[in-house]
Amino acid sequence: MSLVRVDHVSFGYTANRRILDDVSLEIAQGDTIGLVGESGSGKTTLLRLLLGLARPDSGTITFDGRPLDPRNGAFMRDFRRQAQVVYQDPYSSLDPRQTIQSIIAEPLRSLKIPGDHQKQVGDALEAVGLDRDVGTRFPHQFSGGQRQRIAIARAIVPGPRLLLADEAVSALDLTTRIRIVDLLAGLSKTMSLLFVSHDIGVVAALCRRIVILEKGRIVEAGDTAAVLANPQHPYTQRLLASVPRLTLNEVSS
Amino acid sequence: MSTATMTAPTEKKSHSLALKAGLLLVGIHIFMGLLTLVWLPYDPTAMAGGRLEGPSLLHLLGTDRLGRDLFTQMMIGSRIALIVGIGAVAIGAVIGVTLGLLAAFASKWLDDALAATLDILIAFPTLLIAMLVVAASDTANLWSAIIALGIALSAIVARLTRILAKRVLVMDYITAARTSGSSWPKIVAIHILPNIWPTLSVNFALQFGLAVIAEASLSYLGLGAPPPNASWGRILQEAQGTVYTAPLGAIAPGIALVSLAIGVNLLADGLRDTIDPTRRAR
Amino acid sequence: MTVLLSLENLSVHAGNKALVSNLSFSLNRGERLGLIGESGSGKSLTSLAATGLLPAGLSSSGSAILAGKQVIGASDRELNQLRGTAVAIVFQEPLTALDPLMRVGKQVAEPLARRAQRDGAPLSGATLDKAVLALLDEVALPEPQRMATSYPHELSGGQRQRIAIAMALACKPDLLIADEPTTALDVTTQAEILGLLDRLVRTRNMALLFISHDLPVVANTVERVVVLRQGETVEAGNVTEVFGNPRHDYTKSLLAAARRLDDAMEGRS
Repeated sequence: MSLVRVDHVSFGYTANRRILDDVSLEIAQGDTIGLVGESGSGKTTLLRLLLGLARPDSGTITFDGRPLDPRNGAFMRDFRRQAQVVYQDPYSSLDPRQTIQSIIAEPLRSLKIPGDHQKQVGDALEAVGLDRDVGTRFPHQFSGGQRQRIAIARAIVPGPRLLLADEAVSALDLTTRIRIVDLLAGLSKTMSLLFVSHDIGVVAALCRRIVILEKGRIVEAGDTAAVLANPQHPYTQRLLASVPRLTLNEVSS
Repeated sequence: MSTATMTAPTEKKSHSLALKAGLLLVGIHIFMGLLTLVWLPYDPTAMAGGRLEGPSLLHLLGTDRLGRDLFTQMMIGSRIALIVGIGAVAIGAVIGVTLGLLAAFASKWLDDALAATLDILIAFPTLLIAMLVVAASDTANLWSAIIALGIALSAIVARLTRILAKRVLVMDYITAARTSGSSWPKIVAIHILPNIWPTLSVNFALQFGLAVIAEASLSYLGLGAPPPNASWGRILQEAQGTVYTAPLGAIAPGIALVSLAIGVNLLADGLRDTIDPTRRAR
Repeated sequence: MTVLLSLENLSVHAGNKALVSNLSFSLNRGERLGLIGESGSGKSLTSLAATGLLPAGLSSSGSAILAGKQVIGASDRELNQLRGTAVAIVFQEPLTALDPLMRVGKQVAEPLARRAQRDGAPLSGATLDKAVLALLDEVALPEPQRMATSYPHELSGGQRQRIAIAMALACKPDLLIADEPTTALDVTTQAEILGLLDRLVRTRNMALLFISHDLPVVANTVERVVVLRQGETVEAGNVTEVFGNPRHDYTKSLLAAARRLDDAMEGRS
């Protein structure tokens, strides 16, 4: 069953410069999808549309069978609980003046989710591999990787069915990046994941399906392994050829 | 980052020193101002001794040309200055922050219009606007001066708030708050105001000094409050004619003005650094 | 072989805190060396210390000999002679490395004229313009004529980085330091810029000090590597040996992480 359905969506500030052009895609329940594109591909805009932060000029987006309408307050409250985001920059995505407890509890407060918030925050912290008792501290006391874990804790605390990640590991060091990828891979067992990234290696490690976006159009989509092994579109081919490899390890292995 | 770790200890030390100095200076004025409510050495409007007496144990700062005790007038001046500073900044802050936030959230043309209006207002000196407002009201009293100064200051606050709020608005944590389901008023209260507050508060301290000096200027020009609520500006003006024979009458209000303005700024700097979690040691 | 840069026990301190400790390596003409490390490894500070560009508050000790001259403790005037002739640097973010209010042709002309003056063959007017266009052509910018009259914001990230490289080349340096030159770029643009750097270093017979956190990029760009962690040298040697047979646990963990992404792309996850 499809959780999100993007149907012939176009978006552009002017008619002759489309940021998104006739984009259609589907996120099935429990799926992990990597949305790959370079700068100017429109991937960030697509994410904003999927979050209801902007409305498409044409086409429709449905969530769980219902149209995504930012003006429908009741629907949006439910939607916000179901779909949460992790952003790229762990330094600007956490309010520097709030405690960790308060940051992670924000969705619980805003969405008026009942229960013991302190306990829910503690559970979320544990789920992302941090100590329960860091809640009293402030973001600047944590490293980039730990901050990203905090941002992930904030995203999973309301128990969403869809997790959207916007270049969520791009700003991290390599070894930290792998650990966060592992964390997301673990979480994706219990929720759908849309992972927006320019890093094909990370997408390959994390996502079952891949969607390649170029200049506002989807040029290729399908099973990640299949697309990487046998890219059809010239742009995909060029993109894959451009990724530098650790070719040297072929020698040793 | 690395430079910060090196200079941190000395910086911290000077911060606490600034806080103490600020507390001391402002504390003296607050003490004097509060004391006037319950006790005064002499009746500020009556002759308390000979004319233009020098400092003595009876008259710490001497007397003016009408024989009134100068120290008593200075104490009342502290009260007036505090009322003017706090009142004008409060009015400026309420109007300015509201307008600034409005501009930050407004559509492009409304934002442009507001920004242009503010720029024009700021182009006029604070004192000139205040004089116009006072002149427009029938009677010159303390409250008309405070309201006038508050309105004049609000343009500066509004412009600053607009810029600061726009800078915070593009941060990911604002988008994160929106996708967490927080409403705009909530985002303003929880994320925007706390994050622009440190810079705003320092600006308020500057404006406090500005307001006190502007009110003294208004009084000096005869547009301030009449006695017995005479401010330092009026003392200065009255001492003008006798500045060579009794210089204390001019020096005392000057020192008082400067010490209060500096004190408030030191206090604001110190407070910001102790309260701000991002400036506290790890 | 001429030694262009030789570091011996180079350390960088902020107060009592060591940010780089006892780093030693040397670089000959035509050689390519990679400095690898994650954030906080001190890899960028090393290049700044080697060129005397450390920000105020940081101090360096040990020895850094650049083109035969000791950099540590040298005056700014002496260093200015070195920078812009012996060595040039290309930074990560081409947008902040360029003056936003100056046409890029003029920005390239400036170091070009300075270098020509020093060589005793001053360039000006039409000859200078011609030299600028030749340089823009060398960094493979399309339509050099039009490019030269553009402002930085009118160019793409890749084009801006090419301009920054052209400015570095204008100094005719023997040593080119590239500090994460492709990190801010798209992957297809990165491939182009790496290809360009490779060609330029080869044809001009420059030495390359390549600073990066990206192991595959380094593997494809340099011959020797120095792996840094928190200012300490963890491992150094031939890139094939270090990457093929890492000895230190830290290098192993970096390579394991990089290889996981590599393998995932090959469908071997």
